[in-house]
Amino acid sequence: MYVAVKGGEAAIDAAHDWLAEERRGDPAIPEVTPDQIAEQLGLAVDRVMAEASLYDRDLAALALKQAQGDVIEAVFLLRAYRTTLPRFGASMPVDTAAMRIDRRISATFKDLPGGQVLGPTYDYTHRLLDFALAADGEAPEAPTAEPLDPAMPRVLDLLADEGLMERETPPADESGPVPDLTREPLTYPAGRPLRLQGLARGDEGFVLSLGYSTQRGYGRNHPFAGEIRQGAVSVEVDVPELGFAVDIGDLVVTECQSVNQFKGDAERPAQFTRGYGLVFGRGERKAMAMALVDRALRAEELGEAIQGPAQDEEFVLSHADNVEASGFVQHLKLPHYVDFQAELQLVRALRAARRDENREAAE
Amino acid sequence: MTRDDALLSVRDLALDYGNGRGVRDVSFRLWPGEVLGIVGESGSGKTTLLKLLGGQLAPDAGTIHYRMAGGDMVDLNDLSEARRRHLGRTELAFVHQNPRDGLRLAVTAGGNVGERLMADGARHYGRIRAAALDWLERVEIEAGRVDDRPTTFSGGMQQRLQIARNLVSGPRLVLMDEPTGGLDVSVQARLLDLLRGLVADLGLTVVIVTHDLGVARLLAHRLMVMQGGRVIESGLTDQVLDDPREPYTQLLVSSVLAA
Amino acid sequence: MSGTEGYNFAYLDEQTKRMIRRAILKAVAVPGYQVPFASREMPLPYGWGTGGIQVTASVLGADDTLKVIDQGADDTTNAVSIRRFFARTAGVATTTRTAEATVIQTRHRVPETPLTGDQILVYQVPIPEPLRWLEPREAETRALHALGDYGVMQVELYEDIAIHGKIKRSYDYPVEVADRYMMSPSPIPKFDNPKLSDCPALQLFGAGREKRIYAIPPHTPVRSLDFEDHPFDIDHPGTPCALCGDTESFLDEIVTDDKGGRMFVCSDTDHCAERQAEAGHDA
Repeated sequence: MYVAVKGGEAAIDAAHDWLAEERRGDPAIPEVTPDQIAEQLGLAVDRVMAEASLYDRDLAALALKQAQGDVIEAVFLLRAYRTTLPRFGASMPVDTAAMRIDRRISATFKDLPGGQVLGPTYDYTHRLLDFALAADGEAPEAPTAEPLDPAMPRVLDLLADEGLMERETPPADESGPVPDLTREPLTYPAGRPLRLQGLARGDEGFVLSLGYSTQRGYGRNHPFAGEIRQGAVSVEVDVPELGFAVDIGDLVVTECQSVNQFKGDAERPAQFTRGYGLVFGRGERKAMAMALVDRALRAEELGEAIQGPAQDEEFVLSHADNVEASGFVQHLKLPHYVDFQAELQLVRALRAARRDENREAAE
Repeated sequence: MTRDDALLSVRDLALDYGNGRGVRDVSFRLWPGEVLGIVGESGSGKTTLLKLLGGQLAPDAGTIHYRMAGGDMVDLNDLSEARRRHLGRTELAFVHQNPRDGLRLAVTAGGNVGERLMADGARHYGRIRAAALDWLERVEIEAGRVDDRPTTFSGGMQQRLQIARNLVSGPRLVLMDEPTGGLDVSVQARLLDLLRGLVADLGLTVVIVTHDLGVARLLAHRLMVMQGGRVIESGLTDQVLDDPREPYTQLLVSSVLAA
Repeated sequence: MSGTEGYNFAYLDEQTKRMIRRAILKAVAVPGYQVPFASREMPLPYGWGTGGIQVTASVLGADDTLKVIDQGADDTTNAVSIRRFFARTAGVATTTRTAEATVIQTRHRVPETPLTGDQILVYQVPIPEPLRWLEPREAETRALHALGDYGVMQVELYEDIAIHGKIKRSYDYPVEVADRYMMSPSPIPKFDNPKLSDCPALQLFGAGREKRIYAIPPHTPVRSLDFEDHPFDIDHPGTPCALCGDTESFLDEIVTDDKGGRMFVCSDTDHCAERQAEAGHDA
């Protein structure tokens, strides 16, 4: 005799215990600590912080440990924590012109005030597995250069001073608070501030592929990497009681500004336009892709033909979030017995109706 | 007829695309049962004018007054989105040059014809289907094709289906953009014949844009000739075509200009 | 999740709950209208009931008794998981008995036991927009709702009858609420659609990923879309439940062997258990 399935509760508990055992792995191997992850898997930590929209290296490292290195799962953990945190207020905009630079590259000028700074990059590493890392080799000490020029103006500001680059115009109404994607429902058209937030926390793979698609003709917009800069910026909060802004700490961020063609129209002369990317940590690939997609999404504003998905705000913002995407794709494994049963009945009924028709036709 | 009976009264209509193109200073009236042809070279502004009348473009200046079924005269550009959409699926019809722009390609012929009825509240499947079959017959599409998708139809059939889909709701004003464009000559002739029959039988009020003076002569009672966004000559069709006043119209009629 | 110290009652902070309650009030005031709300990131995945959980968290009080079902059953894993979430974060009493519950969160079913005016039924909704498959753009579907321009859905139903002889939707069958808004009833089988109309309980719908809340207030007319000459009807496999013998409840099909063997049992496990218990007493 059939007995209805019971015991979901016991199964869940057992699954969680098994998972914990899997996470630990072979107990003969030393357990990894969040400190080690934060120090030695820094780029994974950066990506988790960026896509979780929470700058906290320790918690991101913990999330990575808890998720067994699954980045999207770690982002999910960190976001679920972030959502419970109180909001004390918004900081002042960070001043990336005053960034303490680790890396600064321009593809548009050979040399410029402050110079090109290569910094710690994988760009020119030959991708040969380094078996010395498998042994306990000590890293060679990096040479220390002269201190960098403290004045390192942003390349796009130099162009703007000449009138060749559009100025970023602040929103017409700055009286209200900065819109917050995680606190207000997104409605369309969303506008650039929310777009940039969505892209900054969007899935790196998705934003990367969309940016790539614009380079292959699905919404082409002729980009140059005007400037990429990486380093620490100060975060300041305005304290009305004190009457001045207080520095509350530093963030490492990566900024990319692209320089794009604009032919001009009836009202505007030819000028360069920009795409903007800014992410937490060392996320150069993401920042560059973000700049491409930001610029692509300005197609309508600039009167350009809409030819690719990267130019479609609703498409991009509705699908960029990997926690949303992951949940909805994976919800398909939840039981759908009821809907499937309803479909089974329907398909059987339609097939029976067809059989009857055929029989009548044959008679 | 008196001036006050006009179904459509257009005054000083203008739209500037910013590149020197568009339409300027267009004024005319259209009375019930009339077929008005708009002719001119490509780029003369005739399709822009039609899109302004159909509400697909908003003018920079001017008014388009339309007499509603109830008798009230309204400026189409002042209507709320809700009323404009309602008019667009009941009293107004728009036949696109490319039938693919005016059909739902993933929906059967019957569904395409029935849509305007359903949008206006029809909820009886049998009656919707009967109306669809009736209209397919009127546009000479076999009843057996009622459950086929338009993608399986020839270009001429698609165009006839688009016409049926528009006329099923008994529109009071039909706007047509080069309805015979893009079709083979023999197919054109059949469609033209059909259109002429429908216009006569139903007493339709039509504004038809065409570059084909043959089409204009067969269908239109009156003509407006456009050049550079302006109406440069208008009058009864025979008069304009047989005795053109403007040099430009003379060139057009003598086929010197590739209209 | 281990330990919930430091979290508020029912997980969400009170300010968020107030925001959600305002959205719920608006939804109740405009039956069937999808109210955007600032859906929070929950510690459960999107698509797994985050909308329903947020609605439940916002209406739940300390004295409430919560029932959670998925596919009609209390012990499917996701139902267990959500019930435990609230038992842990809100400490409320939980039950599997429909009649004892004051708040019932559901995925894909309406309980067979008729609901009362003292109950709230919270549906988990994956895609709140009934027009989404016909028009992917949110900006346009909102305009269609605002204008009551629903012809495109009727065309869809016409197509089903023309091609298949009947309306082919077996679940998530669209309804019209209070003669105005077209609404997705969530992916419940159309078998359950009639239970939505004139229901004494408040029915709330939460879509977390899509950030929408909508509602059917008590005793509101809900009409399943159809044609006058092809009226809405419901299918039943025609066999009684193999466990309790009910001939009128929605049935799950259980495959018993690989030779075509199968049996049908109630999808609503509480309903089925109650009937079996009654039969046991009678015997």
